[in-house]
Amino acid sequence: MMPTHIDPTELPRVLQHLMERSNADTTATLPRRSFLKLAGVGGLALGAFPYLANAQATASAAASALKPTQLPSAFVQIAPNGEVTVTINRLEFGQGVQTGLPMILAEELDADWSLVRSKCGTNDAAYHDPMFGMHLTGGSNSIKNSYTQYRELGARARAMLLSAAAAQWNVDAATLRTQAGTVIGPGGRKAGYGALAEAAMALPVPEKVTLKDPKDFRIIGQPTTRLDARAKSSGRQDFGIDVKHPGQLTAVVARPPVFGARLASVDDSAARAVKGVQAVFRIPVDLGGEGVAVVADGYWPAKLGRDALKLQWDTSAVEKVDSEKQLAQYRALAQQPGPRKFDADLSALDKAPHHIEAEFLFPYLAHAPMEPLNCTVRLAGDSAELWVGTQSAGLDAAAAAKALGIQPEQVKVHVQMAGGGFGRRFVGSSDYVVEACQIAKAARTAGLNVPVRLLWSREDDIKGGYYRPMHLHRAHIGFDARGKVLAWDHTIVGQSILVGTVFESFQVKDGIDATATEGMRDPYDLPMRLTVHHPKLNVPVLWWRSVGSTHTAFVMETLLDDIARSTGQDPVAYRMALFGDKHPRHRAALQLAVDRSGYGKTTLPPGRAWGVAVHESFETVVAYVVEASVQDGQPVLHRATAGVHCNLAVNPRSIEAQIQGAAVMGLSMCLPGAAITLKDGVVEQSNFGDFTVPRITDIPAFAVHIVPSAEPPKGVGEPGLPPLAPAFANAIALLTGKPLRQLPFNLA
Amino acid sequence: MPTLHINGRDLTVDTDPGTPILWALRDTLGMTGTKFGCGAALCGACTVHLDGQAIRSCITPISAAEGKKIKTIEATTDGSDRVGAAVHAAWVQHDVAQCGYCQSGQIMSATAFLQSQPKGKQPTAAEIDAAMAGNICRCGTYARIRAAVADAAKALA
Repeated sequence: MMPTHIDPTELPRVLQHLMERSNADTTATLPRRSFLKLAGVGGLALGAFPYLANAQATASAAASALKPTQLPSAFVQIAPNGEVTVTINRLEFGQGVQTGLPMILAEELDADWSLVRSKCGTNDAAYHDPMFGMHLTGGSNSIKNSYTQYRELGARARAMLLSAAAAQWNVDAATLRTQAGTVIGPGGRKAGYGALAEAAMALPVPEKVTLKDPKDFRIIGQPTTRLDARAKSSGRQDFGIDVKHPGQLTAVVARPPVFGARLASVDDSAARAVKGVQAVFRIPVDLGGEGVAVVADGYWPAKLGRDALKLQWDTSAVEKVDSEKQLAQYRALAQQPGPRKFDADLSALDKAPHHIEAEFLFPYLAHAPMEPLNCTVRLAGDSAELWVGTQSAGLDAAAAAKALGIQPEQVKVHVQMAGGGFGRRFVGSSDYVVEACQIAKAARTAGLNVPVRLLWSREDDIKGGYYRPMHLHRAHIGFDARGKVLAWDHTIVGQSILVGTVFESFQVKDGIDATATEGMRDPYDLPMRLTVHHPKLNVPVLWWRSVGSTHTAFVMETLLDDIARSTGQDPVAYRMALFGDKHPRHRAALQLAVDRSGYGKTTLPPGRAWGVAVHESFETVVAYVVEASVQDGQPVLHRATAGVHCNLAVNPRSIEAQIQGAAVMGLSMCLPGAAITLKDGVVEQSNFGDFTVPRITDIPAFAVHIVPSAEPPKGVGEPGLPPLAPAFANAIALLTGKPLRQLPFNLA
Repeated sequence: MPTLHINGRDLTVDTDPGTPILWALRDTLGMTGTKFGCGAALCGACTVHLDGQAIRSCITPISAAEGKKIKTIEATTDGSDRVGAAVHAAWVQHDVAQCGYCQSGQIMSATAFLQSQPKGKQPTAAEIDAAMAGNICRCGTYARIRAAVADAAKALA
């Protein structure tokens, strides 16, 4: 959900710039003695949030060389009854870090897994990504970047518990061992972690710890049920939308029909007359536009109030994009010279004995997370608290501070469990967070000094912008009779998702947005010239689960299949030959999917065909072998077998879920109705009736297989998406004899 | 003031009779287990039972519930409902939820479906798909939903 190639040394600098006057690391001088008493879960618990630790620190406490992200006090609380509560430094929005990160910490803590719980964190410095230096959830980075961090946190907490037991029993800590939440001493003496926690918290935090040999892991690697499985199967899990404070009001906003448009006139008399409506405000909204917020006792009166507004919009100053004209413009642009990402010599192109010339079209796509966007804001004096399911609490805090005219460190973001996101909760402009702050500010000015929850409707979500950009690809490939590519001339046209954001300065080089081309050519050693055009249009765009690979994988994997097919080669053997010895993870993933699917051994029923695709994104390789057919003129996916190489599988059960889920989202791109289009500047779709997503009746039989590995883990949130659509398309092309070059699929 | 019969209790809500059941539950009564997904009966996240039938609470006004029994996810999975308990157990067993936001609605649809099955009859895969087709899961947990509904049916046999 964000690019893989961000140079981690640069992001903090950019963020620093963004946060300007922030002195950010208020907790950088955390005391060594940082386990403090906190009345928390079930009474007295071990550990405290760093801001509390900071407040209670004694001047004499020696400063630790450890960063806030390395101190157990912010991450692990052990209650007297032995319950271990692990705080996660990410947004949990379905991907399972709320279980995976505690598994990693519990492994080194040697906790009793049945007593492990988890909770969400805040924008506090302790919860910054240790690589990127900000609270961030994206790019399939959570497990990858916090694997060592959470191991060390667990190991430090365990060492402190051992020291506490050693002191209590007056023995050398080296004579002690631990077993599932218990310290065991000489002569079989035992003490539970809960009994030791209070003494342990008074001890210094060790800076150096020894980590387990992975062969001794007993929690990591076990298929483990989610910690929130029960709450999420009984309506008892709260999400951001469920936050409720005394006196809280709900706001809905009438936004401009064309992005960035302003109000010509407002008649809110009927809206104000709706029972339950408390106030109506004109507010600035994203992209320079204006909107009208209706604040009421609940969502329903707020919505009725909005329906009763009589608004006239001035759209004269904003571009009104029209998808059909846009396509013509993109086609023309693809013929123009432009900046080149790759610059191979194309002299062999004209002389090549075989050619493919192809044009690919990809529409705008909405993320449509099931929980509509929302943010609750409470203002008090010159500080603010936000409750929001966000992938980017750091950016949001800075944006909220700017909107409210306060300092970033005066904004506390309570990260809430979120009902999906897929990239939509990580927006450079923090659009819905800023909107919520504008409403809270207007309400306070009007004397309504109460917490306000902004809630978007589904229509607001589908029409409200930030889409995976529309793209056009053109390819001209010359190859020989054995399928060897001699020259490949390729052009991509699409809006940059990073130009104009804080990421532009280090992610857009020589006019090319790195996210637009990721997945092109890799890992294949191909003589490619790649030209890129980034037109600017009045449609807000954003990463969407798996970012550039949502389109590049489709283009690469269907074109290579085309070449294999047209030269009479098996698509698996053809790819294996291209991988050669250089890409063993690709080979292993594909081989596993082939072996488990029965490809090459099983004869499919008449009318069905195999399809294959492999793609690496976010350092994880996923291969699919699928079975598909055409029924009543529509492509149907019957079976999908995945081979996954993500290095060490922390929670195989969660990985299976992520690959399946990403595959369903990949499938979503193929089905009729998976397109956002604009007419006269207005988005034409509005809800799940016209922006359609897969239902259970669209879903194939699934099998996910993981290549065994002990290497440090990579992410799995996104990599299951990119190869699904091309594998499906390749199967359909075998059946129809015609390659599919447009998403959603169109066999006409 | 309208009185609603919810999960075995009579509750008075000071709300306009046109208010959808969803918002009476969530905003007036503070029962947030029932979720808002689309507001247009397209996604199923708001599913509750009205006299045992799965309905979309986002488009059903409270006036339509007068004299009828509303059952929500809270009471369906608190152990008091035999079918609901089996569905809840199967959901945990199969680790169905990802973000979990749609799962209240999924479970309410699955429970109504299994309650409607003749005793001893095991639903076919196609029947399970048809029964669950009104509920969207954007995380794509469908494969596990299928397995969980089938297992709950077995457990109830």
